[in-house]
Amino acid sequence: MRDRGIIYGGLLLFLGFATLPVWHNLTAGVTAKGPNPRLPVNAKQCVAPVEFMRTSHMSLLLDWRENVVRRGGRDFTAFNGKHYPMSLTSTCLEQCHGAKADFCDRCHNYAAVSPPCWNCHLDSPRDSKVAGGADHRLTWSAALLRSAR
Amino acid sequence: MLMLEKALTGSRRYWLWILCLAAVIATGFACYLHQLHYGLAITGMSRDVTWGLYIAQFTFLVGVAASAVMVVLPYYLHNFKAFGRITVLGEFLAVSAVAMCMLFIFVDMGQPARVLNVLLYPTPHSMMFWDMVSLGGYLLLNSVIAYITLRAEREGVAPPKWIKPIIVLSIPWAVSIHTVTAFLYSGLPGRPLWLTAILAPRFLASAFASGPALLILLCTALSKFAKWSASREALDKLGVIVTYAMVINVFFVLMELFTAFYSHIPEHTEPLRYMFVGLEGHSRLAPWMWVSMCLAAASLVLLLVPRYRHNQKLLPVACGLVFFSLWIDKGIGLIVAAFVPSPLGVVTEYAPTLPEALISLGVWAVGLLILTVLYRIALSVREALA
Amino acid sequence: MKITRHAFLRMGGVSFLAVTGRKLLDAITRTRWGMAIDTAKCLKEPNCTKCIEACNHAHNVPEIPDRRHEIRWIWKAPFENVFASEVDQYSPLRAAPAMVLCNHCDDPPCVRVCPTQATWKREDGIVDMDWHRCIGCRYCVAACPYGSRSFNWMDPRPYIHNPNPAFPTRTKGVVEKCTFCPERLVAGRPPVCVEACPEKAIVFGNLADPHSEIRELLRTRRHIRRKPELGTNPSVFYIV
Repeated sequence: MRDRGIIYGGLLLFLGFATLPVWHNLTAGVTAKGPNPRLPVNAKQCVAPVEFMRTSHMSLLLDWRENVVRRGGRDFTAFNGKHYPMSLTSTCLEQCHGAKADFCDRCHNYAAVSPPCWNCHLDSPRDSKVAGGADHRLTWSAALLRSAR
Repeated sequence: MLMLEKALTGSRRYWLWILCLAAVIATGFACYLHQLHYGLAITGMSRDVTWGLYIAQFTFLVGVAASAVMVVLPYYLHNFKAFGRITVLGEFLAVSAVAMCMLFIFVDMGQPARVLNVLLYPTPHSMMFWDMVSLGGYLLLNSVIAYITLRAEREGVAPPKWIKPIIVLSIPWAVSIHTVTAFLYSGLPGRPLWLTAILAPRFLASAFASGPALLILLCTALSKFAKWSASREALDKLGVIVTYAMVINVFFVLMELFTAFYSHIPEHTEPLRYMFVGLEGHSRLAPWMWVSMCLAAASLVLLLVPRYRHNQKLLPVACGLVFFSLWIDKGIGLIVAAFVPSPLGVVTEYAPTLPEALISLGVWAVGLLILTVLYRIALSVREALA
Repeated sequence: MKITRHAFLRMGGVSFLAVTGRKLLDAITRTRWGMAIDTAKCLKEPNCTKCIEACNHAHNVPEIPDRRHEIRWIWKAPFENVFASEVDQYSPLRAAPAMVLCNHCDDPPCVRVCPTQATWKREDGIVDMDWHRCIGCRYCVAACPYGSRSFNWMDPRPYIHNPNPAFPTRTKGVVEKCTFCPERLVAGRPPVCVEACPEKAIVFGNLADPHSEIRELLRTRRHIRRKPELGTNPSVFYIV
């Protein structure tokens, strides 16, 4: 086998490359920390059960969106009979969850999810300037990813 | 199965051409990423002129796509044998042109990621919905027809019987794609330049002039670079088609001018005056329109005199004149001028920006790439049989 | 399931009555929101832009300096441009500013052409916008005979200097226009421009109610609309 050196060397290089995520994280001291959303302080019950919200908050928000924008109704009757206006900013954020950076972004950043809602909808007024939206300092690859919005 | 591997073999010149196209596509794509990030503000469009170069190219190319019917109809319905060798070229041209149309619509959209909304929320009262349906159907029709007939040619057998009704369907379908595109414009109460019953016939006439003209030019290029020639008879007949269509198109344009300038109604005269002499001191479009008229006149001289039309060297020149004349008239002229003056009587001019032009060139290059690949496949099949 | 002919006919008759009855009821109790602008009152202060400022602030309409990329919900334009067929060269009102906005037509061409129903006509007559669904094709802009619609050529946020946190902004790539403030109507309040006008020149109300203030005004004062010959049937009237 004349090319033994090249073959073994190439194999080693490939293995190193393929296992990069494992040893890179270990050496950089990255711990497997989960997302840490800041839970609301003044309210204990969301508009729907926690398990439902964890899996399907997007469906709820889309349903609210269709109702408010296209059907004109804003009143939402929660599972426990309480009434809330259907509004991401004034009900969800203002009443309980606070700024999106403290709650929404925590899990979204961890899961690398960027819902386009914030291109238009404003963050909680507690963050007084207009937050969210497009970041103008972008690389080409980031531009490609962002283009889906 | 799709014979695509035939496009992977070629001369040095072939690969150089592909490389050039790839470079233009890459540049256009880079500009498009910039447009995606920053928004359509990088184009020359404005609050008053909301459609520009992209939609102009789309309108012109739908015509080129529809023109495949001008070779399909004589051959399949009237047995005009001379067109037998070029129907597949016409159909492949249609495929490439429709692909470019769809790309131009896509790059023009403000929210392209939402393009599927047109199919998720079908809206029968919107002409744009029907445009998408008819263009998609036409792309499918021509792809299937060209593939089946080429495949049959390669195997040395007659095409299967079931392809005949599909081919016959493609004939009215071709007319319909351009009629629906004309309907996009001719039903709008706020744009008097477009609100005319003759718009659809005018679109069809210019399509049947510019499409076959392009086909003649492509056949000339193939004979020069790919050592394949269309028959003299086929080119002559195509030349006759271009002539008649161009005469009818020029006649229709003159009809528009008469109605406007004899009636003196401002909403009819103002957009046309803007096109040819300018309005309120703004006349950026006028030189273009006069060039288009001169090219049209010159092309008619070359086409109407039989000695010139039969001349193998002059016919491609005439076709080039026809193509560029109609590209200006139908593309830039018709689309942009309808927005002048605005509904509030304001004149806002339009000129494409460099990124906008580069994106458009990129889309044209994609279309030419598709055309090159498809023609390479068709010619390889012919070469192998010869 | 077996059904007798008699029962079938009875069910059919009842359903038919239910549908037509519902339609009849709708026609009687229908709302058609409309607006009447008293041009004389508006001209008392020719440089006044209170309605425009109020609307722009309430709806986070950006202030873009480049005229080509402007976003306008309501604005002022010279009479001779707004009413080209009514104003002649001898008219004193030629250069006077008239307030213009979306006319919320009864038969809107923009709704007719929208391929995704991102703009649609509500039952109460308002031509509304769904900025989630708009694909930014600008067909509606081409279709509108009044120039009421604006497209977001870029991200509007850098140009919103005093954002209203109670209303979202829009994003690049969608078309927007005046929506007759449905978010205020649902709370029983009139549109922002109506409240902001110091001369009370703008009257807003239900055109389908013959006893409404706007109907009274239209009955007693001469009024015109923009380009009525196009058949769009606008809901915005100008008292002249």
